[in-house]
Amino acid sequence: MSNRRHNIAFWAGVAVFLVAVLAMTQIVRNEYPFFAGYVILQFIALAVAWSILGGYAGYVNFGTNAFFGVGVYTAVALFKATGAPLVVQIAAAAVVGMLLGFAVGLLTLRMRGIFFSIATIAVAIIIETFVMNWRFVGGAAGIQLQRPAVMAPFDSYVKMLFFVQAILVVIAVAVARYIQNSRIGRGLQALRDDELAAECTGVPTLKLKLVACMISGALISAAGAPAAMYLQYADPSSAFNLSYSVSALAMSLIGGTAHWIGPVLGAILLGSTQQLLSVTISSEVNVLVLGIMLVLFVVGAPKGIIGLLRPRYRLRAGGKP
Amino acid sequence: MFSMDLLLGAVVLGVLLGCFYAAVSVGLSISFGLLDVPHVAHPAFLVLASYGVYQLNETYDIDPLLAGLAITPLFFLFGLLAYRVYYETFEKRGTDAGVRGIAFFFGIAFIIEVLIILQFGVDQRSVTATYIGKAWRFGEYRIPIRQLVAFAVALALTILLAVYLSKTFMGRAIRAVAQDEEALRLMGANPVRIKQFAFGIATAVLGIAGALLIIVAPVEPTLDRAYIGRTFCVVVMAGLGSISGTLIAAIILGVAESIVLTLFGASWAPAISFAMLLVVLAVRPQGLFGR
Repeated sequence: MSNRRHNIAFWAGVAVFLVAVLAMTQIVRNEYPFFAGYVILQFIALAVAWSILGGYAGYVNFGTNAFFGVGVYTAVALFKATGAPLVVQIAAAAVVGMLLGFAVGLLTLRMRGIFFSIATIAVAIIIETFVMNWRFVGGAAGIQLQRPAVMAPFDSYVKMLFFVQAILVVIAVAVARYIQNSRIGRGLQALRDDELAAECTGVPTLKLKLVACMISGALISAAGAPAAMYLQYADPSSAFNLSYSVSALAMSLIGGTAHWIGPVLGAILLGSTQQLLSVTISSEVNVLVLGIMLVLFVVGAPKGIIGLLRPRYRLRAGGKP
Repeated sequence: MFSMDLLLGAVVLGVLLGCFYAAVSVGLSISFGLLDVPHVAHPAFLVLASYGVYQLNETYDIDPLLAGLAITPLFFLFGLLAYRVYYETFEKRGTDAGVRGIAFFFGIAFIIEVLIILQFGVDQRSVTATYIGKAWRFGEYRIPIRQLVAFAVALALTILLAVYLSKTFMGRAIRAVAQDEEALRLMGANPVRIKQFAFGIATAVLGIAGALLIIVAPVEPTLDRAYIGRTFCVVVMAGLGSISGTLIAAIILGVAESIVLTLFGASWAPAISFAMLLVVLAVRPQGLFGR
């Protein structure tokens, strides 16, 4: 089979990407490209992670901001309590995100469609309220953070964060790609198309849903963790901002969720447009563009960009010819 | 600290608040409860109505309630259009409508939010009327008249809608379409037209509800996020489609919020409706008066 060839091509691509990112941090002097690029990379990680549950399994998670905020505040709390290094912050955020995913999965095990979506918003608001009342991490007013010294070979913290986020993107994509081609992915797609039929044919739907919640949650929280150091500041209403949810959802659906490349394309396209717009016009307008693009794609191009580019994905994803 | 008087005051205010919550949720009880439309944009429509009322009140100095009544036909048409788009793009095509339908309304909600910000800015807006700013005093209690006005109008609106749905021909047709669409089709009725009309009614009610929202307190563009929790909590707790249940569930929510506000302070209030919603979804998803 050509599976081995695909694998080699994929990992070669990953290696080229990481080397290019690393080389860029060493060569380019100006910090701005990294500042903007970090946000785009963060959106790629979020969109890919979101699509594991929202795309493959068809469970629309509105609670991306819950996982993101939990990632941010795990990093903040750890940093404040022990001064833990960035890697530890991210790993801890991933673990906490996975636990939260497990809890959310258990709580919403029997909920479908809109009930699941509303429940995830509820989880986000409740956690945000707790963080707002948590004095140790600054409460509603937020908390200032002092970045520690940067590690070699990087000459600025933002460049290092850019590289770290690139690695998180690679991890998210690799996990999504693995799931897509594995039994888990096929099981998730089966339960997405018809949960009852899947259950009847022996697909362990509840277990798969839990696993998808946990993996998706861990990846989102991990992608959120460096945001505290990136902004040198954290406050509940921006860490738990609903715009993370709409971005992750919109970028995934606009890119197309039948293949991991969809969310990546969606995030690159919309992320760069957003960066351009918020520099040239205003941040409100980029949310407007995001919303309009989402509605247009959902109405007019249900399989997203990849559906427009390669009609054969329609067959794979929808189940209907 | 804790006192009976304080608690009693909280309960009274909670009941007033609850009836107001019923009025802002009753539209969702039709669109989501009866018609199964995943209408996440309902609270955004509500806030949009409030801004419409604000604009009329600001430029022509019209009483907010009259202004609400004036935009009602507009919202009716808006509802007809919204349902038509939803039906043509999702319901009619069938498969995969779930994910995309939810995303569609989520996108619409965000578009409305941003358009309001672009037009009116992020500052809070409020209306002026003779009954706003005054209060009735009974001994140590103090009840703002704006709360009483909102309470009375909300109660009337909810009861009117309940009567409409149970007594009139069209109201019964709407409930019939919720129960068995196929049967209606076999009897020669057009279920899509009935559903479209029902969605129009559900949206039209928001004209008045939006007026109440801005009478009770100033509004801001992102206020709809808090009301996602409140409206869905009320509708799900009531049991989908039950209008009388909506009133009772809304009062339960109002009293709970009011008590928590009194005992623990305002910073915990936003989580109450969402927490109750989660508990209801997890423990009794069919609601208190589920069909």
